[in-house]
Amino acid sequence: MRTTTTPLQRIWEFFVEKLIFLSGFTAIIFVVLLFLFLLKEGLAVFKTVSPQEFIAGKSWYPISKPPQFGILPLILGSLAVTIGAAAIAVPFGVASAVYIAEVAPPRLKEYLKVGIELIAAIPSVVIGFIGMVALAPIVANVFDLPTGLTALSASLMLALMAMPTTVSIAEDAISGVPREYKEAALALGATHWQAIYRVILRAAAPGILAAVMLGIGRVIGETMAVMMITGNSAQIPHTLLQPVRTLTATIAAEMGETMRGSPHYTALFAIGIVLFLITFIVNFTADLFLRRAEARR
Amino acid sequence: MDQPIVQTRGLNLYYGDFQALKDINLSIKPRQITALIGPSGCGKSTLLRAINRMNDLIAGVRVEGEVFIGGENIYAPDMDIVAMRKRVGMVFQRPNPFPLSIKENITFGPIIHNTLKQEGLDNLLERTLQAVMLWDTLKDRLNQSALSLSLEQRQRLCIARLLAVMPDVLLMDEPCSALDPAATQRIEELLHELKAQYTIIIVTHNMQQAARVSAECGFMLLGELVEFSETGQMFTNPTDQRTEDYISGRYG
Repeated sequence: MRTTTTPLQRIWEFFVEKLIFLSGFTAIIFVVLLFLFLLKEGLAVFKTVSPQEFIAGKSWYPISKPPQFGILPLILGSLAVTIGAAAIAVPFGVASAVYIAEVAPPRLKEYLKVGIELIAAIPSVVIGFIGMVALAPIVANVFDLPTGLTALSASLMLALMAMPTTVSIAEDAISGVPREYKEAALALGATHWQAIYRVILRAAAPGILAAVMLGIGRVIGETMAVMMITGNSAQIPHTLLQPVRTLTATIAAEMGETMRGSPHYTALFAIGIVLFLITFIVNFTADLFLRRAEARR
Repeated sequence: MDQPIVQTRGLNLYYGDFQALKDINLSIKPRQITALIGPSGCGKSTLLRAINRMNDLIAGVRVEGEVFIGGENIYAPDMDIVAMRKRVGMVFQRPNPFPLSIKENITFGPIIHNTLKQEGLDNLLERTLQAVMLWDTLKDRLNQSALSLSLEQRQRLCIARLLAVMPDVLLMDEPCSALDPAATQRIEELLHELKAQYTIIIVTHNMQQAARVSAECGFMLLGELVEFSETGQMFTNPTDQRTEDYISGRYG
């Protein structure tokens, strides 16, 4: 007996195909529209300040007269918090990924994975709250500071937030290294640790870098927690023990007070463009590394 | 006659409840090629991996009995497994060079064993790559990735990587099964060269290969070592009916 498709089936096929196409396509359209909107609202700021003054200007006084829209302190604030967080999250994250993928007994491995995923489930406002109430006083005490709301406190809490992404992607990368590499290393008389750091980590390097980049992307984009912990002072930081203000926190804190279309409003959108570009570059690099990792399999 | 270099005594191996090796008693003479043949799942690879304790990596494996390498029981509780594996190297079914440069593949063993300085980098590279007949083709591209090589070259590189640590015994787990016939033939020629210096144990499901390369041969079936004898004799005049059935192609 020959099987044939009924007209109804064919119409249904056509319909489903177009629907799927449309859903896929709208995702791209939304991104493009968002970016265009950002550009439209944000680029207007350059009627008030020059791009140089905006990017390299050392003072952010948006409501003084005349206003000053230099976002260098904000960029450096974001950078300080991010680098601080990365410096903590990367070694800890990669180490725990190695432990989970290579060392931990199977039962413990499952518990650890679930535990680390759970960190991702903590709302960032709760992280911010804990940082503010529990961590900041400790930081203030230990370093004898007037306030514990500093770049360091934010870095510590954000490192915690970056951990789930970093650990689970790095763990995938390490577990994905073909068994044969490990066996080959052991068959040459390598110890387990030598096999890990001379072969497995190097084979997993692109994936681990991607994990690190995605973790960093998470930190750069974070708003609520940093707003609560950094102290929000728009000054150029010289150490991690100073209060800072990040790009994200600035937008979140000030957008409500601006008048639509005012220079301040457009300046905040321009900050949005800067943020968008930074996260785009970070994610793009991560993607590049992930592709490299895939090509090696 | 030479003392056997590898010897198993009452070797039983279990994967959980399944007994994969049954009372294996085997003596392997130094500096010749010994082949292990048998149908898929007969335990020949398991036996090979028992000789350098590669099975330790698999969860749920239990081993009884003894395996002696040069008179030393490698399943003794105080055995230094890492040092033992340096003496008993392994070549795998699928060529598995590290995703590093050709040079780094060769230097891997000597670096972890701290013998690189003794021999010197240039000597090491030339000795090992000469031995596997890759030196002339690769000497100008040692920094290229090992993954840029052909399958046959990769397998040769894996052998060279092993020779770098100067093992006594080379275990080869179907080293040609991923290669085409021409490459297989060239690897077999290489094995003939190597047996002057190394004891080689090769697992193969290709009986012709076993007949071509080995001096002695073991036939395994369902975890048992059915017959172990001089290769010529096994293929012309096997003592066990099951061996005869297998080599005449009645199953397998």
